[in-house]
Amino acid sequence: MIALVSTIIVFGVIVISVTNAPNWPAVQKAFFDGAIFARSWPKVLEAFGTNVALFMIAEALTLVLGLILAILRGLPGPVFFPVRLLATIYVDLFRAVPGLLVIYLLGFGIPGLGIAGIPSDVFPYGVLALTLVYSAYVSEVYRAGIESVHWSQEAAARSLGLNRFQALRYVIVPQAVRRVIPPLLNDFIGLQKDTVLVSVLGVVEIFREAQILKSAAFNFTPFLDVALIFIIVTIPLARLTDWLVGRDRGRQAARAR
Amino acid sequence: MTDSMPTQLPEPASGPRPALHIEGLHKSFGSLEVLRGIDLEVAEHEVVCLIGSSGSGKSTLLRCINLLEPIDAGRIFVEGDEITARGVDVNRIRRRIGIVFQAFNLFPHMSVLDNVTLGPRKARGRKREEAESAATALLERFGLVDKRREFPDRLSGGQQQRVAIVRALAMQPDILLLDEVTSALDPELVAEVLDVIRELAAGGMTMVIATHEMGFARDIANRVCFLDAGRILEQGRPAEIFSAPREARTRQFLQRVIDAGRL
Repeated sequence: MIALVSTIIVFGVIVISVTNAPNWPAVQKAFFDGAIFARSWPKVLEAFGTNVALFMIAEALTLVLGLILAILRGLPGPVFFPVRLLATIYVDLFRAVPGLLVIYLLGFGIPGLGIAGIPSDVFPYGVLALTLVYSAYVSEVYRAGIESVHWSQEAAARSLGLNRFQALRYVIVPQAVRRVIPPLLNDFIGLQKDTVLVSVLGVVEIFREAQILKSAAFNFTPFLDVALIFIIVTIPLARLTDWLVGRDRGRQAARAR
Repeated sequence: MTDSMPTQLPEPASGPRPALHIEGLHKSFGSLEVLRGIDLEVAEHEVVCLIGSSGSGKSTLLRCINLLEPIDAGRIFVEGDEITARGVDVNRIRRRIGIVFQAFNLFPHMSVLDNVTLGPRKARGRKREEAESAATALLERFGLVDKRREFPDRLSGGQQQRVAIVRALAMQPDILLLDEVTSALDPELVAEVLDVIRELAAGGMTMVIATHEMGFARDIANRVCFLDAGRILEQGRPAEIFSAPREARTRQFLQRVIDAGRL
């Protein structure tokens, strides 16, 4: 009850001060035009299909590549040092370079090579760039998960005669993945939003479409359509993540009892 | 070793080869030398108990026998085959040597049945139905069959440890290593696990048991080895070791155990 009242007061103050700003009528016209909002909605929604395709493919690839990287970085012994080194360089590199730059460099660089048979359509490069960047993040999430599984689990698996790969496949990774689902979903929220960066390659996705609509109408309202769509898609995922974290905490508490 | 039904224990000894033979085993962790030359021979169907204070090297010795720890020097033979030779397939060796850990180490994301069948299915390549019927028979034998669909965190410590023993037995090992398997249990749960081990001993299972349960060691062991600072300082029949130990260190250790009310 107190929370409700204080929320209403805070939001009320914000709304009143914004709507009483000297240039509010102009801003309202440029950003909050109901008719343009309604007219833009179906077009923006249609363009969002491209973003959905981008993040669905990139997420699937990221899940696989990130896990492979995490496993490569965890290989023991001096023999695998070069593999660990390469995987580490990869992760460092793609976490350091801004995603926008990776998209830009790949999207214009690879087709520029002029190699016969490689696609000239830029969509695959958008997917590739997002996958490279996010698999670096996700591999760190997986690695934390794998390291959180106690070494005695591997000892138990190996003691049954399972080889290293089988121990990972059946014992370590299933436990690790369960523990890192919340942070994985968190990274996916980031990936979904970053699909708009692919617009720099000229892919007509949701942001590009909104820009086109903006230029046609001399009005920024289409960007609100975009914002609303991302909110609608992201909030359920964020709540799911919260719920999973809460459930895990409850389970751990039950175990510690 | 034939691939008979897991409800049967190993066939009687066919020759004079010992089930386990260890010579000159050394193992260090960094600069800490944990095992300083272990020589040990275990005959088929023999039950050997390792006693000694914490840090004397009991657990490390068992982990070395199962090749979970690389050794620094020495040789280990199982049924006459050297398992520490270069180029041996450690995964094949481990299938012949079962180990049960102090902390159970069950797989928490798998049901009891899957815990027990994972080894037979993946390491031995058994079909699921075949592995499951064998596992069910073993679980039945140890009074756990009604728990086969449960997950480990729903079981008591004693039940978990019994499942861990069944999991090791499902691989039909030549030798079973038990590493302080009752140390993590509440006192009232110790008996059910010890009963399982007694039954295995009666069935002729070759076992090497590291334990702090002196009364149990006296009952079950054919031979008791007292480990001190990485060496087997004294060994003999339980009556000899517990009633008339020759070494001062053994007497000291047993006195401490008696003072603690554990014998």
